[in-house]
Amino acid sequence: MAARLPGVSEARRALAAGEQSAVALVDQALARAEAVDGELHCFLQLRPEAAREEAAASDARRAAGSLRGPLDGIPVALKDNIVQAGEPAGCASRILDGYHSPFDASVVERLKAAGAVILGRTNMDEFAMGSSTENSALGPTRNPWQLERAPGGSSGGSAGAVAAGIVPAALGSDTGGSIRQPAAFCGVVGLKPTYGRVSRLGLVAFASSLDQIGPLAHTAEDCALLLDAISGHDPRDSTSIPEPPTCAAGNLVSDLSGRVVGLPREYFVEEGMDPGILGCVRAAVAELEAAGAKTREVSLPHTRYAVAAYYLIATAEASSNLARFDGSRYGRRAEGVHTLTEMYERSRSEGFGAEVKRRILLGTYVLSAGYYDAYYRKAQQVRTLLRRDFEAAFEGCDVIATPTTPEPAFPLGAKSSDPVTMYLSDIFTVSANLAGLPGISLPCGEVEGLPVGLQLLGRPLDDVPLLGVADAFQRRTRHHLAVPEEAAG
Amino acid sequence: MSRAHPDYEVVIGLEVHCQLRTRSKLFSSAAVSYGDPPNHHTTPVCLALPGALPVLNAEAVELAVRAGLAANCSIQPHSVFARKNYFYPDLPKGYQISQWEEPLCLAGWLDIQVGEAAPRRIGITRIHMEEDAGKSLHDQSATETHVDLNRAGVPLVEIVSEPDLRSPEEAGAYLRKLRAILRTVGASDADMEKGQLRCDANISLRRHGEKQLGTRTELKNLNSFRFVEQALHAEIERQAELLDEGGEVQQATLGYDSARDRSFVMRTKENADDYRYFPDPDLIPLVISQQRIEEIRASLPELPEARCARFQREYGLAARDAGLLSESRALAKLFEGAVRATPGGDLAKSIAKWLLRDVVAALKERDATLEDARLTGQALAELVAMVEAGRVTANNAHRLVPELLFEGGDPEALVRERGLAALSDEASLAPLVDEVLAANPEAVASYAGGDKKSLNFLMGQVMKRSQGKADPAKVREILARKLGG
Repeated sequence: MAARLPGVSEARRALAAGEQSAVALVDQALARAEAVDGELHCFLQLRPEAAREEAAASDARRAAGSLRGPLDGIPVALKDNIVQAGEPAGCASRILDGYHSPFDASVVERLKAAGAVILGRTNMDEFAMGSSTENSALGPTRNPWQLERAPGGSSGGSAGAVAAGIVPAALGSDTGGSIRQPAAFCGVVGLKPTYGRVSRLGLVAFASSLDQIGPLAHTAEDCALLLDAISGHDPRDSTSIPEPPTCAAGNLVSDLSGRVVGLPREYFVEEGMDPGILGCVRAAVAELEAAGAKTREVSLPHTRYAVAAYYLIATAEASSNLARFDGSRYGRRAEGVHTLTEMYERSRSEGFGAEVKRRILLGTYVLSAGYYDAYYRKAQQVRTLLRRDFEAAFEGCDVIATPTTPEPAFPLGAKSSDPVTMYLSDIFTVSANLAGLPGISLPCGEVEGLPVGLQLLGRPLDDVPLLGVADAFQRRTRHHLAVPEEAAG
Repeated sequence: MSRAHPDYEVVIGLEVHCQLRTRSKLFSSAAVSYGDPPNHHTTPVCLALPGALPVLNAEAVELAVRAGLAANCSIQPHSVFARKNYFYPDLPKGYQISQWEEPLCLAGWLDIQVGEAAPRRIGITRIHMEEDAGKSLHDQSATETHVDLNRAGVPLVEIVSEPDLRSPEEAGAYLRKLRAILRTVGASDADMEKGQLRCDANISLRRHGEKQLGTRTELKNLNSFRFVEQALHAEIERQAELLDEGGEVQQATLGYDSARDRSFVMRTKENADDYRYFPDPDLIPLVISQQRIEEIRASLPELPEARCARFQREYGLAARDAGLLSESRALAKLFEGAVRATPGGDLAKSIAKWLLRDVVAALKERDATLEDARLTGQALAELVAMVEAGRVTANNAHRLVPELLFEGGDPEALVRERGLAALSDEASLAPLVDEVLAANPEAVASYAGGDKKSLNFLMGQVMKRSQGKADPAKVREILARKLGG
């Protein structure tokens, strides 16, 4: 079986040392995909020819001494909701059948400008709605650690592809935990940057005020390399923060002395929590203390309203964002329709999956006359309270540590019949989106052979210090070096 | 106030959509154009492609602020774009970006005047920014509807009046006033024929003296000044008939069929849309500093209102003349140019009369505007001065107006070339009078017999013989003397 690809930093070293060419890296990635992805289904599309061409161009730049940056020649995968010119942008939905984007997402432009090689597109829950990648219209992705388990979601394909060693890194999107939760389930690092840090231009919107693109990779250092490449102000996204790109790689401060780690008491509860997870996270916190950090308990009193507020706001925005998929201009139009209403109803009925329909209905209801105040407006008020919770907590600490998920990867099918149980698996991740904070999940142990995620949350724009804490942890531990056996060959 | 109906008080409020005069669309770089091939001016934003994001056009914001200031509104330092959600093929995103709970402009007013009635102040509730929809073309195929998205995303302001208008004529006057100020401040070309100004009207009736408003109907898409007034008259009649018969007006949205001069029901309240407005999460609140608002205010040209007051004050014009002159910026400019070119004497009132009577008539005759004209203030001032000085008769000056207006030229030279200089000296006129008296002995006789009207006949003969150049006052004087009066 084809060998696993190295991480970004190791691949960089190998390229720089001339031990491997970019073309060889792509070939290895394609061979690896060939070997393992039939079973895993992380990828919806691979671009063998285009990726080889891009890699060859990178090798030529390297030979000419005109490299574009640290990512030059590194293969990267894109979640299927990040558009690339000339490529399909399906969002794992039937309604976008046959649609090819005429333009590049801002992050794709920036990856190309950095010399990265785009390997292909990864599976996801349809329109990023889900926590297991089972809502993909093209079939679920399997967790490389245990094939009968879900990889998490919605960026399950990206997390799985990195975990299975098909690519060194991938981009995902995180609306309520969609990068961090699959990262935790698959034993990789996933960063959701501060809202507005990375341009959303070219990210197919699920919930615009919550969506954020971020990297998945094996280490905080690798994530830093990607964040440096994709972050920075973009005037074409009105919600983009006017800040230059980060300059994190090589500058991560791994000395934690004097840093205070806050432990929110609302996140360390026994009820509904796998005890193994709690044990791993407590051990990880002890490791941070050993690295010099102080810890203290903090409180985020409105946490219990977060999931409800999240599902009101996210579905409200989604009901409007997905209105453009109406069968009239692109994508799927139902056959044999005779009236306008029939075209809308049948195209959307046939094109959207059950979870997407459920959320559109819920969001439509939430915004309806007579319900707006009780639901949408109230949820926005909760959002303000949550933001204030964090502001208050960060007065007493620099970073907040929590479990990423209350349990490890669940079996495929275990929750698909009960949406509310599925929604509750986002309980530790949604608050960062509602408050716009940066959050990262990194491997911190195993429970019954399944990876466990430690979540770190930072102040807005503290993406780089957050990566520093994660890097400090990884320098002292070996959890991120564990690889799934089944796919290890 | 003129009464629109003997038994009922008419209550009208207008919602006017006005296209801002920008180069590109409200949230995309696509050009704003008129009459180009379908879907020629579209970007991923206009087409609502997956992943496209709106970016607010700063030029549109400035023009909307100008419109708001011109309408005496309070400009809000913080306003919010919201999504108005509904499905239609010419609305690519499935929502229109508009403003809802927090519009850009609040609480303005315009003064209007109908005929000789006293001016009335009409409240403006709000002005908000929004994007236009595309166009559905139903005439391209027997079985399909085609969609043209050139107009999708074109910037508009919606100007909502208070229900302060009391007749269709007032509605017309309000619209004309609105158009004038929007043009003056450069916010819009406000050309109704090109759909740059579109009007919806809310109308209800109540018995005179009643406090409670009646049930209203909304008349949609009144796309000419004439239709606005016609449609309102027709709707007043319809509602009055209903109420006279003891019936009730149903709240409804109506269209107006101009060919049959009748309104028709488009939808009733029961199936009213729920637009599910909420703040657009792709856009941040629109924040404008007080300093910026003041900069824009300082850059505004003089508004018709202020100009009208100034014309009365500075030039002693009657309110009506001042009002008419100040409504069009070009007319006002020509007027002031002429007044300034007047050497010494105070000819402002005469210049105003000549402009409003002869120049406006000549323009109307050719269906032209002052933009097409070549008449300068200097030339107009000279012409009027010559008339006042008796150097050319009013009649001959009147004949020269169209030529001066459309060809340009110097009135002095023109009068000289054409030999139109007025004859007012005794030496030139006396022989003419003698000739006429000799040729019309009967008239002379009947004058002597006491028929004083014969003098007018004889005057006419002298004028004719002088080819209109004779100064009538002088002719009368000589005639009277020679007839021994």
